[in-house]
Amino acid sequence: MKGNKNKKNPSYAKWGYIFVASFFIVYFLFTFVPQVLTIYDSFFDYTEVVGTLETEVSFAGFKNYKMLFSRNLRGDIEILRCLGNTIIIWLIGVIPQMSFGLLIALIFTSSRLRLKGTGFFKTVFYMPNLIMAAAFASLILALFGTIGPFHTLFVEKGWIAQTFDFISNKTWARILIALMNFLMWFGNTTILLMAGIQGIDESVFESAKIDGASSIHVVWDITLPLLKPIAVYVFITSMIGGLQMFDVAEVLTGKAKNNSTRTIVMLINDYLKVGNYGHAGAVSVVLFIITGILSLIIFKTINRKGESMS
Amino acid sequence: MTRVVTDYQKENRNAIIKAIVLRVLCYIFLCFVAVMCIFFFYLLLVNTTRANNDLQGGRFTLMFSRFFNQNFKNLFTKFKTDFDALKGFRASFVIAFSSAVLTCYFSALTAYGIYAYDFKGKRLMEAFILAIMMIPPQLSSVGFFQIASRYGLKNNWWILMPSIAAPSVFFYMIQYLRATLPKDLIESSRIDGSNEFMTFNRIVLPIMKPAIAVQMIFSFVGSWNNLYMPSLLLSDSKKKTLPVMINALQRTSWGNIDLGCVYMAIFLSILPVVIVYLFLSKFIIKGVTAGSVKG
Repeated sequence: MKGNKNKKNPSYAKWGYIFVASFFIVYFLFTFVPQVLTIYDSFFDYTEVVGTLETEVSFAGFKNYKMLFSRNLRGDIEILRCLGNTIIIWLIGVIPQMSFGLLIALIFTSSRLRLKGTGFFKTVFYMPNLIMAAAFASLILALFGTIGPFHTLFVEKGWIAQTFDFISNKTWARILIALMNFLMWFGNTTILLMAGIQGIDESVFESAKIDGASSIHVVWDITLPLLKPIAVYVFITSMIGGLQMFDVAEVLTGKAKNNSTRTIVMLINDYLKVGNYGHAGAVSVVLFIITGILSLIIFKTINRKGESMS
Repeated sequence: MTRVVTDYQKENRNAIIKAIVLRVLCYIFLCFVAVMCIFFFYLLLVNTTRANNDLQGGRFTLMFSRFFNQNFKNLFTKFKTDFDALKGFRASFVIAFSSAVLTCYFSALTAYGIYAYDFKGKRLMEAFILAIMMIPPQLSSVGFFQIASRYGLKNNWWILMPSIAAPSVFFYMIQYLRATLPKDLIESSRIDGSNEFMTFNRIVLPIMKPAIAVQMIFSFVGSWNNLYMPSLLLSDSKKKTLPVMINALQRTSWGNIDLGCVYMAIFLSILPVVIVYLFLSKFIIKGVTAGSVKG
């Protein structure tokens, strides 16, 4: 214990290792090892031996991936269909999510409007984000299912036939899921974009005011371009989250087996439940690669922003 | 001369009227969005007060009925075989609370380890933790599920283990430490004879209380609401969490069960989070930006 009281005190270094050890040990055992196993699985064939509970494992190379990208009995390429479903549903939801988020963020931060009660509105808008997605979906199912009040209402008005089912209808089911995603996430988007707008240097707005720019011009020519990096960040993180869509779609349409709302994670889930680790692994790896590419885009935009600011 | 003044006043008045109209329009729009947010949950509340025979194919209504108490009682008695709410609440609470505690304590510990000590590889470690934040959880879920089924670890505390290593919470904690904890304080507690663990538990943790509170809420809510991993790993009826039970309930035939109880079950499942949120909304909303915008 010599009094080397500088920043680099060797006698304390071991405590650093001790304190971070739990994180890395747990990460290694409970996340890293499973991840490697998933990737490993994707190159193996898991088939149940008939009449036993045993599964036979054999090396498959890229067979699982080839299977995923080839047509099944219905003439579908399963993974592309699920990926397509996921992206379409995400898109239907993210368009109003971003537009409402942006519009509300602009209204809340406007120095000209100076609205009162924004705290109340923020509280209401963010609330759906914390609500259990499974419960929300179950509620929508109860309201829009064939015994639900909306079904009764629409039949009474003569808009739909008695036999019509919102949940197994391709368009309606997608719209309902997207609607829930929109309601759950636009408040979050609003808050993030508000933070972005508030982060813009006040003097930029001041000088625009002095130059006599109208507020629409200020928004169009100053706020939006400066907000772009954060908007891109929000958009892409939303896409990464959207690709992992599961709870809402599973609870709302899982029973109806609606083929046009089956998401990519539902596909993984279905393979897992029958012990087909090979296919489940391969789909996970594909999802991982797509997410990796999107993350790289985020990283690039954030870095570019850093350059332009410094 | 007078004409100029009136023109000016007119223009001024027009500007004021314009501003008022714009403001009113904004309020109308915001109220519309607020109604949109609350609408379905209002219907949920309405339907918890209606009787089953009124709900089965019943009409759309915004009016409260008077069967709330009845539905509440039925949920915990007759409806128990379809949806054991008490067990679900207990399982959900135990899992959400323990995983929130584990996440917060160990993330704070790791963040403190990297912040307070100088050791080889610490920059690399931090970069690594940031990088793994981007990996989708599904990549590990397949392997995790496989290990759990192979070694009989379903319905086990096993499900909580991964919450010890939570990269995004670590990131939040280390940012908080950098902003609030002076390194002199660590040094002076050493001079006072405190050992390293004591320093962390008695001095650093209390300083980190605000950050821990925010992350406790977020991770509690996150695991309270989570369906994916619990639905794969929890099959024992005593250990099923509320989302798993809701998902199972959804797969039964709703023509034959008490819909008043279904609505009540949904209502009670989201109620705890809503209550916490109504008390702490300002605090929670602040936490949203702190965690995500890093630029």
